[in-house]
Amino acid sequence: MSAQFVQFLLTGLTVGAIYALVALGFSIIYNASQVINFAQGEFVMIGGMATVWFAAAGVPYAAAIPLAVAAAAAVGLALEKFAVEPARGASVVTLIIITIGASIFLRGLATLIWDKQLHVLKPFSGDTPIVLGGATLLPQSLWVLGVSLAIVLALAWFFGRTLLGKAMLATSNNRLAAQLAGIRVRHVLALAFALSAALGAIAGILIAPIAFTSYDVGVMLGLKGFAAAILGGMGSGAGAVVGGIVLGIAETMSAGYISSAYKDAIALLAMLAVLFFLPSGLLGRRGTERV
Amino acid sequence: MAARFATPRAGGMAALAALIALLPLGLRNDYFYDVAILVGLNAIVCVGLNLLVGYAGQISLGHAGFFGIGAYGSAILATRYGWPPLAAMLAATLAAAAIAFAVGRPILRLRGHYLAMATLALGVIVYMVISTEDRFTGGPDGMTVAPLAIGGWALRDPRLWYWVVGALLLAAVWFALNLIDSPTGRALRALHGSEVAAEVVGVDATRHKVMVFVVSAVYASIAGSLNAHFSGFITPAKVTFLHSIELVTMVVFGGMASTFGAVVGAAALTTLPQVLTPLKDYEMMVLGAVMMGTMIFMPRGVVPSLQALLTRRRDAAAAAAAPAPRPGDGQ
Amino acid sequence: MMSSMHGLHRLALRLGAAATLAICAGLSAAQEPIRIGAFLSITGPASFLGDPENKTLELYIEKLNAAGGVLGRKLQLIAYDDAGDAEKARTFARRLIEQDRVDVIVGGTTTGTTMAVVPLVESAQVPLLSLAGAVVIIEPVKKWVFKTPHTDRMACEKIFADMRARKLSRVALISGSGGFDKSMRGECLGVAKKAGIQVLADENYGDRDTDMTAQLTKIRNTPGVQAVLNPGFGQGPAIVTRNFRQLGLKMPLYQSHGVASKEFIRLSGEAAEGVRLPAAALLVAESLPASDKQRPVVVGYKREYESRFKSEVSTFGGHAYDGLMLAVEAMKAAGSSERAKVRDALENVRGYVGTAGVVNMSAKDHMGLDLSAFRMLEVRKGDWTLVP
Repeated sequence: MSAQFVQFLLTGLTVGAIYALVALGFSIIYNASQVINFAQGEFVMIGGMATVWFAAAGVPYAAAIPLAVAAAAAVGLALEKFAVEPARGASVVTLIIITIGASIFLRGLATLIWDKQLHVLKPFSGDTPIVLGGATLLPQSLWVLGVSLAIVLALAWFFGRTLLGKAMLATSNNRLAAQLAGIRVRHVLALAFALSAALGAIAGILIAPIAFTSYDVGVMLGLKGFAAAILGGMGSGAGAVVGGIVLGIAETMSAGYISSAYKDAIALLAMLAVLFFLPSGLLGRRGTERV
Repeated sequence: MAARFATPRAGGMAALAALIALLPLGLRNDYFYDVAILVGLNAIVCVGLNLLVGYAGQISLGHAGFFGIGAYGSAILATRYGWPPLAAMLAATLAAAAIAFAVGRPILRLRGHYLAMATLALGVIVYMVISTEDRFTGGPDGMTVAPLAIGGWALRDPRLWYWVVGALLLAAVWFALNLIDSPTGRALRALHGSEVAAEVVGVDATRHKVMVFVVSAVYASIAGSLNAHFSGFITPAKVTFLHSIELVTMVVFGGMASTFGAVVGAAALTTLPQVLTPLKDYEMMVLGAVMMGTMIFMPRGVVPSLQALLTRRRDAAAAAAAPAPRPGDGQ
Repeated sequence: MMSSMHGLHRLALRLGAAATLAICAGLSAAQEPIRIGAFLSITGPASFLGDPENKTLELYIEKLNAAGGVLGRKLQLIAYDDAGDAEKARTFARRLIEQDRVDVIVGGTTTGTTMAVVPLVESAQVPLLSLAGAVVIIEPVKKWVFKTPHTDRMACEKIFADMRARKLSRVALISGSGGFDKSMRGECLGVAKKAGIQVLADENYGDRDTDMTAQLTKIRNTPGVQAVLNPGFGQGPAIVTRNFRQLGLKMPLYQSHGVASKEFIRLSGEAAEGVRLPAAALLVAESLPASDKQRPVVVGYKREYESRFKSEVSTFGGHAYDGLMLAVEAMKAAGSSERAKVRDALENVRGYVGTAGVVNMSAKDHMGLDLSAFRMLEVRKGDWTLVP
């Protein structure tokens, strides 16, 4: 019984860590631009597919991974420059549709550049399961958890300690004031998109050895990441991490203890329940809705 | 009399009626009728959704759920339990309205992106139930639906369906236009402007929002029921998150807060995939690019943007001819 | 005011006219060729079925034309992508029938898209060759509807027979939420009792789930389970297979014909060793004995496909090959491409050797395959091998 619980917990943590990385991407872009980027899942796809592509071309992982992350970041910059920046001041729904259009465009592009097949990356350090308190864990799960933790710490340092990070936070709080204080808001925006694309790509690469990658892998992960970001409180970094982990564990526990057919529905219901009591998520800012 | 007719509402209604009456001249065979009917059904959903998104300013990424409740409610009652299709439709519509009313209050308290996520979750939950409970719904492979029969007479011919859907679309538009002009409509627009300000002057924000949410759910549900009976077959693909997105895209594409825009958006995005088929592998990219391009260059949607353009041109022409007072802008 | 509305009216008319013109312009077809219509799920969740199907049709229409066509006429393929949406499938089928005036339709990648089109082809009287699996397509028999792949019920029977031969009778099911998964799960539950199989656990996972250890842990903790069966296609079964080994489950694992391609082994890696599944002979083309009737057909198709598309052959593309060739066969037998004659000829096909097996159609059987067409395969050393 308890071994079973540990198994569910470890699985939930791994899945949740991926959701958290995607959710962080949502939050960073939201903070910088008030845009919900529905193309966030496509960064996950680009990360995985580009790594597979480079690796197939004979590039070693150590180079293929940074190249893939850079490619995703470049796409993120392009998205900001050609789709989001020209639509400044448009309504929330309009921006949502622009980013959905972008995600359809990127998926279509991926089927042309690559293909519609599923692909797998070799696990970074083998396939031999690790036994932990009666539960088993793949080494790749440790990579997922470790890298996610490292990224969260690095982001905390970046936003809390560096000038650039503080500039980004300032922009998210008050764009005009930040501009007056001499922050180049356009650069901050571009950086936010690149950073969030890179995060998505890393999530896509980490998960590819476990759950594979394909041109449409981003649809579901994007949706789950959005749910995690909302659950935690949109715009809150800590919220995104907490939201991701909670969502991952809720799904696995429902699958394990209640009903595997309805596990996603149960997780969503739980999220709705949280929103009814805490309308800005678990760790969202309260009462600062702009009128 | 002439002055009455010259209101944008009546003029628009007349234009739409004329279009529906004349369109069959260009419909060469049942395939064209098929597409025209789907345009009409989508337009009905969009006119309703536009009340919520365009006028009340409340986003919904879950309306495919209400479409699905209508479609499956009607399909299950009529096909599995042998109800008369019209009674099944009525029951499904009431169910959609009741669900919308029940969840409306807590959900519509949420704002912006939280509301988007909550409605999205609602739609996904409906999808999951439909796709899991295959004893009733046939699961992901879908189910056959009885034709729309009134008395002993079954409506099957697409050419008849066309007139039924056309008439319903006109009724849907007429009702929506009336709602917009009613005190509720004015309250809604006040909400869209500033919810706090509206509440200060005594508008019961939540009540109005819930009401328009229910109305839009009813529109979606009726269109869903009709779609199920028309197609004779229904699958959960019509209840997915992607279909919800498609519906919102139609509304925004045509023009938010423009009832005729909703119709134009539905027409454009329903026919687009049919037109794009020769592009094969490039279809997705082009569709994505069209969505992005339209929204970037016409952020208010096609109809309002073109209207603004026309007004400006006419003003410029009028100004060139003789200095005249600026006429009021069109609705 | 008035003129603004007038402008809007004109605009609406123009938009309508433009859309109509665009539809017409895309579709002016020549009179001469035999027209083969197809609606396939080339994109969307079933794209790994629809994509090879579409490629196969393109490849073989081209080859048939290079060889002089059929009945002295060229073939023309008109294929639409329904993205797995039944409504789109129905509209495209109507387009094929009314607008493109095709002689025969190949398609319906999935059961849902096929079933949505059945009422239409029945009333328009056009022969339809479905590429989808479920029994409902041909049971009860529909006059104008045929199908080329084995049914999912046959897959269940084949698997259960193999389990019984290995003295396994207590089974756990784990399946996805897609149409293929649910239909086969239902059929397996239906035939289990007759086959002497007891189903002890019945778990589910979502379309795009990344991890199934929770469900498999539950199965592991269910006492008495002797074998696990995973009906499904796509990435799900590969993840199940990997998680199965990760959790150290030792019992036999059966997959379905839904993952009958090399891709499954590539995705599952080492974990695929020992997995069994029922599939058509195509997967083991080169290791069939020379005496096997299907050998020349499947080896020929495999080589053509792989040399043209540089990707591994799957049985799904094979279904499309069978569909096209059955239509061609029927047209030759009928000496005409007339819809009614082709239909009658299809029903009279006997002894056609395709990638799925030997087809013997009849008025009561619009698929014409029996269990012998299914081979039980096992993954050994990273490749499919025939189970003796």
